[in-house]
Amino acid sequence: MSRLKSEEEYEKTAAFHFFRWLSGSKDYYVGNMEMQPQEEYKEEEATIQERMREQQMIRDKVYDTQNNKWLFRFRWFYRIMAAVFCAILGVLLIVTVSFLPPTGGVAKPDNNEVAARYIERGMQETGAVNIVTGMILTYRAFDTFGETNVLFIATCCVMIMLMAEDAELKKRELLNDRRYEPKNDAILQGVATILVPVIFIFGIYIILNGHLSPGGGFSGGATIGAGLILYVSAFGFKKTQRFFHEGIYKAAKVTALCMYGLIGIYYYVTGANGLENHIPLGIPGHIVSAGIIFPINICVGIEVACTMYAFYALFRRGGL
Amino acid sequence: MRVFQYILLGFLVVCAISVSFSRKLLNSILIFMSYSLVMSIIWICLESPDLAITEAAVGAGVTSVLFFVTLKKINAMETIEDMGKFGKQGQEAKEDGVDDEQA
Repeated sequence: MSRLKSEEEYEKTAAFHFFRWLSGSKDYYVGNMEMQPQEEYKEEEATIQERMREQQMIRDKVYDTQNNKWLFRFRWFYRIMAAVFCAILGVLLIVTVSFLPPTGGVAKPDNNEVAARYIERGMQETGAVNIVTGMILTYRAFDTFGETNVLFIATCCVMIMLMAEDAELKKRELLNDRRYEPKNDAILQGVATILVPVIFIFGIYIILNGHLSPGGGFSGGATIGAGLILYVSAFGFKKTQRFFHEGIYKAAKVTALCMYGLIGIYYYVTGANGLENHIPLGIPGHIVSAGIIFPINICVGIEVACTMYAFYALFRRGGL
Repeated sequence: MRVFQYILLGFLVVCAISVSFSRKLLNSILIFMSYSLVMSIIWICLESPDLAITEAAVGAGVTSVLFFVTLKKINAMETIEDMGKFGKQGQEAKEDGVDDEQA
């Protein structure tokens, strides 16, 4: 025999809470989460009028199609060309897809031959003991070059968005030198003094042994970047700038990317995989071996380390 | 070894759920950091040390630091100056030894 619970009693049960959560009649996060009330955005009358006047002026001057014949023609040309370009691109992609071999076939070379060749002859052809690095930096060096470019472009975009002007930076620094770092913290500085050299050496070891042991350019570069961030947060930007300032950053980053591109071009032009290889492979297992993998690992490492540090510095301070 | 992996995987699930349910944003980031650390141990168990190194450096290190910086930028983290500003509540936090400033 069941008894109908009273309203007050029902409100204490789990079922009530569950159905209230399900129907969404109460937001549990309101009042519980860290939230700050948003200020209402107010605009003065003068700025609104100013903006409207500017917009009207732009409209009159730029889109004056009645009097400007060239502009009129250009707009039509632009529209037609955009449509034509999209159509060409779509047709091109569809045609390319129709030439691809069907996916998932057992007889497809990607499913048997490629992987088997990587495993069986990877060491002979690339000279790398670590098969993963051998694969991504020789057979698929072009893909990795694209990834490195992505990192470069990402930092460029962050720089465009967050870089503060020099004058403003100097003004901020005058106000308070250590505004962006914690106060001189004995524990943090002591730990950083011991750990940072070890982290750097470990990162360099990972990069240089990329073709022999696990790791490679990306892992080692990320480790060095993390070490740099630890150093900055312990000792501040002024001390870091003694050995790593904006000039060094730009030089290192651009040089690494260009070196990678040049090595890659040389490798492909002189005959990449399967053809005659002009770059000596050396003896597998030695530190200077594996042809192009060794220099490319160093380039990728520098690139990644610079990217990691630049992200932190730009987010934190708006400058390197 | 298998039992160890199951324990780690269970911890991973607990971390992933508690990240979304913790009320303080700072706590969420700390839990996310431990998630990455456990994930890197699991990568080693799955015999891919390359990924483990990258996960430890990027997931547990750089990403969390960037999150901390973002929290500080949007003033979601209390600083010592803020504590002075808000009076009694801030002083209590000061006595508890909150040192968000370090992060």
